[in-house]
Amino acid sequence: MEKKIRMRVNGKKVEVEVPTNRLLIDCLRYDLGLTGTKEGCSVGVCGACTVLMDGEMVSSCLALAVFADGHEITTVEGLAKNGELHPVQKSFIQYGGFQCGICTPGQVVAAKALLDEVPKPNEEQIKEWMMGNLCRCTGYYKIIESIQKAHQFAK
Amino acid sequence: MIPFEYRTPKNIKEVHQELKQFGTEAKLVAGGTALVIMMKQRLVRPSCLVSLRSVRGLGGIAQKDGGLRIGGLTTHREVETSSLVRRQNPLLAETYRRVATIRVRNMATVGGGLAHADPNQDPPPTLIALGASVKVTSANGSRTVPLDGFFTDYYETVLKPDEIITEIFVPRLPPNSGGAFLKFLPRTADDYATVSAAAVLTLDKARKTFTDVRIALGSVGTTPIRAREAEAILRGQPVKAEALREAAEKAKQLVDPVSDFRGSAAYKREMAGVFVRRALEAALNSLPKKSKTKPSRKPLKRRKK
Repeated sequence: MEKKIRMRVNGKKVEVEVPTNRLLIDCLRYDLGLTGTKEGCSVGVCGACTVLMDGEMVSSCLALAVFADGHEITTVEGLAKNGELHPVQKSFIQYGGFQCGICTPGQVVAAKALLDEVPKPNEEQIKEWMMGNLCRCTGYYKIIESIQKAHQFAK
Repeated sequence: MIPFEYRTPKNIKEVHQELKQFGTEAKLVAGGTALVIMMKQRLVRPSCLVSLRSVRGLGGIAQKDGGLRIGGLTTHREVETSSLVRRQNPLLAETYRRVATIRVRNMATVGGGLAHADPNQDPPPTLIALGASVKVTSANGSRTVPLDGFFTDYYETVLKPDEIITEIFVPRLPPNSGGAFLKFLPRTADDYATVSAAAVLTLDKARKTFTDVRIALGSVGTTPIRAREAEAILRGQPVKAEALREAAEKAKQLVDPVSDFRGSAAYKREMAGVFVRRALEAALNSLPKKSKTKPSRKPLKRRKK
């Protein structure tokens, strides 16, 4: 059973026909070739698959692709503008906010959503917001530092 | 996941039509955070998903009869961050804030959570302690069901296959009331509770006697459990630490936990007592400070630099 969905992905209008049981993460990765978003736990706990739907973070492994019909999706590929990295991406590089990297797309997308709401979050706010994004290298101190200092890279 | 039909009704009437057509083969979906996992694991295999996501008039939070009316499609995050809820019923906002992570709370809906009826969830004990009810509708009309009595077994409620939750009503508490929800989390902050307890109480004017008490627990049975006999110990009695201990001791006899990776049944029973006592203490501490004079409306003067 197929369904045609229309959505805006990273600012671009997209029309794609998907089986109704297609997950949003699989639609992004396999139908649209946006492999930046990673799948970790598959049950909404680890945060690796975090994307933004209408600016709010969701687990793309728990969302059916048909849920995105008529909505705006932002993935890690949509953070850079005109070839220039988003401030939070620059900050993750500058302050070593990643080790192996598998959780990083989810981390920076979640952090971007936080910074959109609170441009200069304190440590408590970061911990509460990011608690659903796990890093098995346990690089949490550097992740917190990267988010806290991201405003330095904002214009 | 096995393939399924996906329907997107735009209003309640269309939802009823879809449910009539597919009967028990259909499942309603809103946020999907619970149902999609169950479908992935093939615990649930509906041949049709009827999405409530585009149904108009199922969202929103408003004042009603002095209490709060929360649309079934309202997300957990909306309840948590609503200034109206935080002002009028901080316990409710705080309880929804304890559910999983922000990412899940952005998707999971209030009505969907209740219909899912997992006994480990956070909101049900608080809603039962607050005396909340749900409004459910079918093609034949609507009815109101108190949440105390809504849950019947693991993942089972009194909802009939053709009924949907359209709203939750949380009554306003009388003066001299306080409440608390405590969640025992020995593993991670986003976990289900090992034991959770909600207590809502009302004192007399002098704040010396319990006039009303409601206690409910989560994660210690096949449904959320209302500890009526523990409440009865306190009702009409003077506010004393000894009475709280007695009520907590009674609560331990009313729960029926199972052993799992969050703790043994014996341990959970012990913790049920501890957390009921602490929830009662926290509820007492949450009472707004008594003031003889009306608070001044004058804004605080800013200190000159």
